[in-house]
Amino acid sequence: MSMRTPLRPLARILKARSSGENPDTIERENLRLRHEEMRDTTRLRAEGRLLVLGLCFVSAFVVVGLRMGQVAASNPEEPQAVTTGTSILAQRADIVDRNGRILATNRTTHSLYAQPQEMIDPLYAAKELAKIFPDLNEEKLIKDFTGTRKFLWIKRQIAPEQQQAVHDIGDPGLLFGPRESRLYPNGKLASHILGGTKFGREGVMSAEIVGQSGIERYSDEYLRDPANGHKPLQLSLDLSVQSTMREVLFGGMHLLNAKGAAAVLMDVHTGEIVSMVSLPDFDPNGRPTFAGQNAADNPRFNRAVQGVYELGSTFKIFAAAQAMELGIMTPDTLIPATPPFKWGKHSIREFEGHNYGPMLSLTGMIVKSSNVATAHVAQQIGVTRQKAFLDSLGFLDATPVELTEASGAKPLLPPNWSELSTITIGFGHGLSASPLHLATAYSSLLNGGTRVTPTLIKHQGPIRLGPRVVRPEVSAASRAMLRAVVAEGTASFGDVRGYQVGGKTGTADKPRENGKGYYDDKVITTFASVFPADEPKYVLIVTMDEAVETSGPKPRRTAGWTAVPVAAEVIRRVAPILGIRPDVETLALGQ
Amino acid sequence: MRSVYIVLSALFVMGLAVWAYKENYATQEVLREVSQIQRDIGHQQEELAVLRAEWAYLNRPSRLRDLAELNFDRLGLLPLLPEQFGDVTSVAFPVEEDILMELDNPVSVVGSLEAIVQ
Repeated sequence: MSMRTPLRPLARILKARSSGENPDTIERENLRLRHEEMRDTTRLRAEGRLLVLGLCFVSAFVVVGLRMGQVAASNPEEPQAVTTGTSILAQRADIVDRNGRILATNRTTHSLYAQPQEMIDPLYAAKELAKIFPDLNEEKLIKDFTGTRKFLWIKRQIAPEQQQAVHDIGDPGLLFGPRESRLYPNGKLASHILGGTKFGREGVMSAEIVGQSGIERYSDEYLRDPANGHKPLQLSLDLSVQSTMREVLFGGMHLLNAKGAAAVLMDVHTGEIVSMVSLPDFDPNGRPTFAGQNAADNPRFNRAVQGVYELGSTFKIFAAAQAMELGIMTPDTLIPATPPFKWGKHSIREFEGHNYGPMLSLTGMIVKSSNVATAHVAQQIGVTRQKAFLDSLGFLDATPVELTEASGAKPLLPPNWSELSTITIGFGHGLSASPLHLATAYSSLLNGGTRVTPTLIKHQGPIRLGPRVVRPEVSAASRAMLRAVVAEGTASFGDVRGYQVGGKTGTADKPRENGKGYYDDKVITTFASVFPADEPKYVLIVTMDEAVETSGPKPRRTAGWTAVPVAAEVIRRVAPILGIRPDVETLALGQ
Repeated sequence: MRSVYIVLSALFVMGLAVWAYKENYATQEVLREVSQIQRDIGHQQEELAVLRAEWAYLNRPSRLRDLAELNFDRLGLLPLLPEQFGDVTSVAFPVEEDILMELDNPVSVVGSLEAIVQ
């Protein structure tokens, strides 16, 4: 800091005074100089501060800019703290039965691919590969390996032993990619329900698994959602029951030389399908291809859901129930039953030319399975009311069950629902529906009279009653009639001691494939049953295709000889597993 | 006084810097550990899935049925049938002996009475 200059230096003042000048000018000049000096230093300081501030801003902007550039240029990446090593696993949720036993799960396998330009000895590799996989062609492999291709799949999925064998070839051009594949540990069990999967889009490191049919396809979205990876899809099926039912049905089908068989076991109150079997079946681990003409012969064809058949006399109970519901009849009302029943040029007779006339009670009509009496009842009900009633039981639409195939299996209705249609539908001809339709309708009618929706998903929470179909008294009376059929009617083989089985048989001739009339010696037999009849818990439908019982002198094809004994054995084996105690008193009485 | 503040705040800033440095490395270490654990969990889950699949495969009903048939001599397992249900009243219970009558010393009497009250 320089010496401070006095504003009025004495020497200059005296000098000025002596020369007669105003000494104030000296002071003012000095003051001005001092102010100028002060201004300069202040400006310098301010400039310095501005510079520092500017540098700060510049560097801040540079940092922000650089960071932006870095973010823009780098690859997007999950923050490390959030990554999980589990994301690759459990891509598809498991499917389990109602007790949590696994029906479908995943396993890790490997796919095999080749990068020919990396190969050391393509000829040797091709030879060895053809040895490991007999279905590969050595010549074709050599052509692929020595050609211009840079990449080729050899096998989509290989077993661990095969992988080891390929490792032993030791060629760096043979590479493995991880693959998750679907495993159905129970083999053929519940194959129609589970359906199957296939690979969707494929990459080296992973491949998509997509549902191909059955519930795998229907619930594909749920199963594929990564959020559900640890939440298995729980079905209403019971694995033990399913296994037992398949065993019994399989035995019955072979004993009776049937072409196919189907069975549905449904909880009457919730509509849950506890077991559903269709035979012949297939192994969903390796879905078979089918080249035949008739779709119904395909093992992948689900007879219980897709097979629509005329279900025959099992329909008679609907006519009886509706007559009671409408108040036209009581179980004891007498109905004319003298054959033939004439309508226009058509006449309707009884099975094998029986005559149950002149009068039958409504119960008697069901017990004897009288076509003529049912025709009278159906005629009284009329077209409109019958159609509405069958609609309320779900016979006019495809079943809403959780299978892809279900929506395509629409019942076959008469194109023109005339009075004649009403009469024939009364005893089960002219309307084709699937066994699952029948199970739903029987459950709705017999559980006290409220509509159920068939489902394969385990029921949670309290039971919500559906819309009312019939009054509880009508439901009880219908059960009593069905019980009478088993106790004294056409289904006497169906009486399982202690379980109060009630049911109705149905035998329908198979329509010819060319659409002209019916076969004489090919029938579809059905037994629709409920047990226990006094306090209904389950409905069981058993259908057999072209079954014939040959122990007698003459082959017998009616349901009473084919479907009924099989159903009885199913109930005898399955009811204890379901935890239903037999009525001990009747059990003891019977013995 | 002022210089003391300056020195103290400088020391404070240095302390913070050391702390931040340490935290940074500790965080990285923990992140490494977490990813290692996640990997382990992944492997364990993979193993678990394989074991569950194997368990389900070994317990498939058809195999169990065959095993029950093969080992019928030793196990004597039969399918569950309605006849196997019984009534509780038809089960013979062991006859209970009257404990109190057999007692001869007071100590056990006290103990047994408590048991009876319960």
